[in-house]
Amino acid sequence: MKTSASDVAFAISRRHFLVAGVTVTGAFVLGVPVAEAAIGEASGDRQLGFFIEIAADGHVVIGTNQPEIGQGIRTALPMLVAEELDVEWDKVSIRLMPLGLVKTAEGYDWKYGGQGVGGSTGLTDNWDYMREVGATARQQLIRAAAERWGLAADKCSTEPGYVVCPSVGERIAYADLVADAAALGVPEETPPLKAIAEHRIVGKLRNTIDARDIVTGKAKYGIDTVQPNMRFAVIARSPWLNGRPTSFDDTAARKIAGVLDVFEIDGPAPGEPYDILASGIAVVASSTWAAIKGREALKIEWDKGPNANDSSEQFWKENAEMLKGQGQIVLDDGDFDSAMSTADKIVEHRYEVPFVNHAPLEPQNCYAFVEKNRCHIIAPTQIPSGASRSAAWATGLERDQIRVDFTRIGGGFGRRLSNDYVAEAALISKKTGWPIKLQWTREDDVKNDFYRPAGLHEMRAGVNADGEIVAWTQRLASASKYFRRPNMPDEDLWSAELYPDDPPRRIVPNFRLEYFHNAIGIPRGSWRAPAHTANAFVVQSFIDEVAHETGQDPLQFRIDLYGEERELEYNNHGRPTFNPGRLSRLVQFVAERIGYGKALPRGRGIGLATHFTFGGYAAHAIEVAVSDKGELSIERIVAAIDCGYAVHPNAVDAQLQGGTVDGISTALGLQITVKDGQIQQSNFHDYPLARIAAFPARFETHILPYNDKPTGVGEIGLPSAAPALTNAIFAATGKRIRELPLKQQRLRA
Amino acid sequence: MVSFEVNSADVQFDGDETTPLLWVLRDHLNITGTKYGCGVGQCGACTVHVDGQALRSCLIPVSTLAEKSVTTIEGLAASDDKLHPVQTAWLEHDVPQCGYCQAGQIMATAELLQRIPNPTDAEIDSNMTNLCRCGTYPRIRKAIHRAAELQAKGGRDEN
Repeated sequence: MKTSASDVAFAISRRHFLVAGVTVTGAFVLGVPVAEAAIGEASGDRQLGFFIEIAADGHVVIGTNQPEIGQGIRTALPMLVAEELDVEWDKVSIRLMPLGLVKTAEGYDWKYGGQGVGGSTGLTDNWDYMREVGATARQQLIRAAAERWGLAADKCSTEPGYVVCPSVGERIAYADLVADAAALGVPEETPPLKAIAEHRIVGKLRNTIDARDIVTGKAKYGIDTVQPNMRFAVIARSPWLNGRPTSFDDTAARKIAGVLDVFEIDGPAPGEPYDILASGIAVVASSTWAAIKGREALKIEWDKGPNANDSSEQFWKENAEMLKGQGQIVLDDGDFDSAMSTADKIVEHRYEVPFVNHAPLEPQNCYAFVEKNRCHIIAPTQIPSGASRSAAWATGLERDQIRVDFTRIGGGFGRRLSNDYVAEAALISKKTGWPIKLQWTREDDVKNDFYRPAGLHEMRAGVNADGEIVAWTQRLASASKYFRRPNMPDEDLWSAELYPDDPPRRIVPNFRLEYFHNAIGIPRGSWRAPAHTANAFVVQSFIDEVAHETGQDPLQFRIDLYGEERELEYNNHGRPTFNPGRLSRLVQFVAERIGYGKALPRGRGIGLATHFTFGGYAAHAIEVAVSDKGELSIERIVAAIDCGYAVHPNAVDAQLQGGTVDGISTALGLQITVKDGQIQQSNFHDYPLARIAAFPARFETHILPYNDKPTGVGEIGLPSAAPALTNAIFAATGKRIRELPLKQQRLRA
Repeated sequence: MVSFEVNSADVQFDGDETTPLLWVLRDHLNITGTKYGCGVGQCGACTVHVDGQALRSCLIPVSTLAEKSVTTIEGLAASDDKLHPVQTAWLEHDVPQCGYCQAGQIMATAELLQRIPNPTDAEIDSNMTNLCRCGTYPRIRKAIHRAAELQAKGGRDEN
């Protein structure tokens, strides 16, 4: 999800954003003279607009304006440009673009189009835009060639890298036309875009464009930033949620060789929105190691603050207590109570989903250099415009005085939608006047996060004599992600945790959602596929339970529930419609592939699950073996995704694999707990991401094409993995898993 | 002063000798392909070869490296044109997503294939302990098998 919808959902006139045809002052800047070329900002006369540069040898450099967190956007968007521009893919390389903002009378506007990735929108938001960038540039090249030949443009066409004119029998290389093309005005009309059947780059298997840099160690991440005179900083943050230092002794710290400065960083007041996560003491040094050692030598007295008694134990008790009462009814279709009273059978169960940490493998870091009238930020961020705002908050500078460059990012998962570490870095640079790189350690990351919310879900369904669900309710007591968001009324807290249009709404006629908020002091945020990760586990487990308890087969029950293809209204993120038949198709597909229904040896079982996430559809079938001692082994995984049109199929497949691994890894062993107001986990020994051994060699992924419209894929493959696993454990053992993670639960009675 | 070799070049380190090799590489030598992920030897993002053995550089004080030879991801390939078979296999299977752990995964695999030239899936499971947060494990597994094939065909590098 996004920090601000206005950051990503943008609307700018074609002439402005396409090739940046006109600036706000009306000056024509197709050649893009820039006063101060930022990192990665091309200049010179071989450029067509902001995105395309064609070298004399025909090599094409395509600018990428979106943060790459491993989702493949840095390859996918240039594929769209190259397809419409009509060049050979092996002639394409990429150039990273900085954040582009333009100050207007109405505020800041995008220079290069909206920049930011979250909510699986990076591709869909740019699907038309990037194709139009390529098509417009191609049209400019055609017009330049036509003028040279003295022909009408419609007599000319292109072949990869060349404008051709069949009647003249000649061709001119793009490289020889680019200067003339750049001098032509941008046409008002959108050039026609290729039909999907004409695609020869998009929709085909392409490797990650900068993979060679990665495997040779050349790729640069935020943590690799080196700038002149740069110092290194770490922060000792309060170990207590909402605690703050009352005093500190830095005598020993300052004796550590390389330690240069030590000072307090003031965090937000309890209950206030987070600009940074915590109060603490910053240590600035001549190296990362000196800063870490300096921090270890600090003696800090802490005010434990208002949450010093918070605990997970209390949290779960409060949730159970709240469910005894009446919550906020946030949706009430039909007549739930009378449908339940006349139901043939009622099924009711509760499920617990824990807090979890994002744990991107590259810990948070940020370079900041704050000077009197300007500031330079280099950060691994999913939302560079948020980085600009965070730096403005920390420095008091105007946003047009702040330059933001963003690097390749060592994992996002939603953690880097928040730019708290950018604000911290800017505060430290402002205080010292030095260019600094702030480094978080892994312990900092595990103990200071905007965690995935935890919650207790009570599910109840009424089933009629035909075995159909006629009434459904989900009652959720949880720690809302929207807690401490600016301008967020209490009555809207539920909306981050329940997406009311999720199935089986509009399938089950009597449908009620009820919410209770738990104000535990843990910071919360968007964790890959936000509420879908909890709700898919709960709903797909519960559907399995309803099937079993009414004597129905879990596969056939799902097929009957979702039914045939039809478009149902869907007004949450992923709108405008949801087609339940696409879930039926996927779950049947994975069931067939894994051999669902075949006789299995004792201790083996197959579980199924399917879910609709942000416009895309996925299903999992997982086969497990559970030994008599309760040892779990995942024997086989079949995953399938329907993302409409797969623009970059290799990345779609990678995201389906990665989402599956993430969902299973999290379900197996991950949770964040609190005791005495402190996060109890600290590093990968007690926050054990799964290793390769957890995943079988028999792990297949499938893309089922649907139509001509792409959906995003970064989050779609995750939610149904965990319930498929726990449904398989039930099939193997009869033991129903209603609490995550699985670790330490007995899988055999 | 500690003298050792990194990617066949002589280096000297004249600072705090408790500094882990990881931070000497990154902050002092500006060799940044080796990544920091956890600092406690759990994740393996910082895996390098020390005298041919795959080790987690976040746990190696630089004081222990005198006269030793360190190879990082930057020094794994024989040359820019001739990648190590593990790197080639990684490209063929397009393993990386975010890519942050992959230098460590590749260094761990290169050493694994020295010890076990054609590992089974079970041997991969018991030897490969590096974490990948993006979940590239299915492709890592395939790429390891492919690298074993390439190495058997004579793609063995000079390192």
